[in-house]
Amino acid sequence: MAQDTGSMRTPTARVRHLGSARSGTHHAWMMRVTSLALIPLTIAFVWIVLSLVGKDYGAVRAMLGRPLPAILMLLFVPTGVYHMMLGMRTIIEDYVHAEHVKSWSLQANTFFCAAVGLACVYAILRLSFV
Amino acid sequence: MAKTDSSPIAHEQRRPLSPHLQVYRFALTMAMSIMHRITGVGLYAGTLLLAWWLIAAATDASSFATANWFMGSILGRLILFGFTWALFHHMLGGVRHFIWDMGYGMEHPEREYLAQGTLIGGAVLTALVWIVAYSVR
Repeated sequence: MAQDTGSMRTPTARVRHLGSARSGTHHAWMMRVTSLALIPLTIAFVWIVLSLVGKDYGAVRAMLGRPLPAILMLLFVPTGVYHMMLGMRTIIEDYVHAEHVKSWSLQANTFFCAAVGLACVYAILRLSFV
Repeated sequence: MAKTDSSPIAHEQRRPLSPHLQVYRFALTMAMSIMHRITGVGLYAGTLLLAWWLIAAATDASSFATANWFMGSILGRLILFGFTWALFHHMLGGVRHFIWDMGYGMEHPEREYLAQGTLIGGAVLTALVWIVAYSVR
C-alpha cells in the first residue's frame, strides 16, 4: 500500500482530516497571561482592601463605588477567577481518573468559577451604580 | 541481589516504573511545588469569602455588618490571615515560574534561593499587610 512513510499519523487520522486543533498551548498560555496580569492586580486588590479596614458601611460603599477601585476590582475578579478555573482544571485532570467523576468535577469547576465570578462582578457594578 | 518482593514476573522482564513521591529524598523545591497547589486551592475556596463580602456590601448595612462580624472574629481573622499568606506565597510562586519560563534559575543553588526567597517573601509581605491593617484600624 502506498503510504507517506514520513508521517507518524495513522491512516484513519489522515482520512478524517482531524489534525491539531491548534489549541494545545492555549491553557498554558492563558495561565501565563492571567498570572502576569494578576501581579499588579493582586497588589491593587490588597491595597483597596487595606484602605477599607476599619471603615464603616457608608465609607466602604463609597470607596468601592468610585471608578478606579471599581475598575481595578472588575479587572481583578474575572482574571483571578479565570486563572483559578484553569488551575483547578489541571488539578482535577492530575488527580481524578475515573472518567465520569472527572467529567462532573470539571463541569462543577466551570460552574463554580462562573457563579463566583459573576456574583462578584454583579456586586461591584451594583456598588457603583445603585 | 536479594529478592524482597513477591511479584511473579521475573525482575528483568518487568516494565520500568517511573519514580513516585515516596522514593524521592525531601527537597525544598518539591515542598514548594506542593505548597503552590495547596495555596491555589485555598485561594479558590477563599473567593467565596470575597464574594460574600462584596455581595453583603452591595446588599445593605445589616448584611455588611454580619459579614464584617465574621471576618473580624478570631476564626475570620485566622482565615483572612491564611488567605493573605496564600495570596502572596502563590503570587511569588508565580513570579518564580516566570523566572523559570525565561530560562533562568533552574540550576542547583539558584532554585534553592528562589524557593527560600518565595517562603521568606510570602511571610514578610503577609506580616507587612497585617501590621498595616492593625495600625490603620
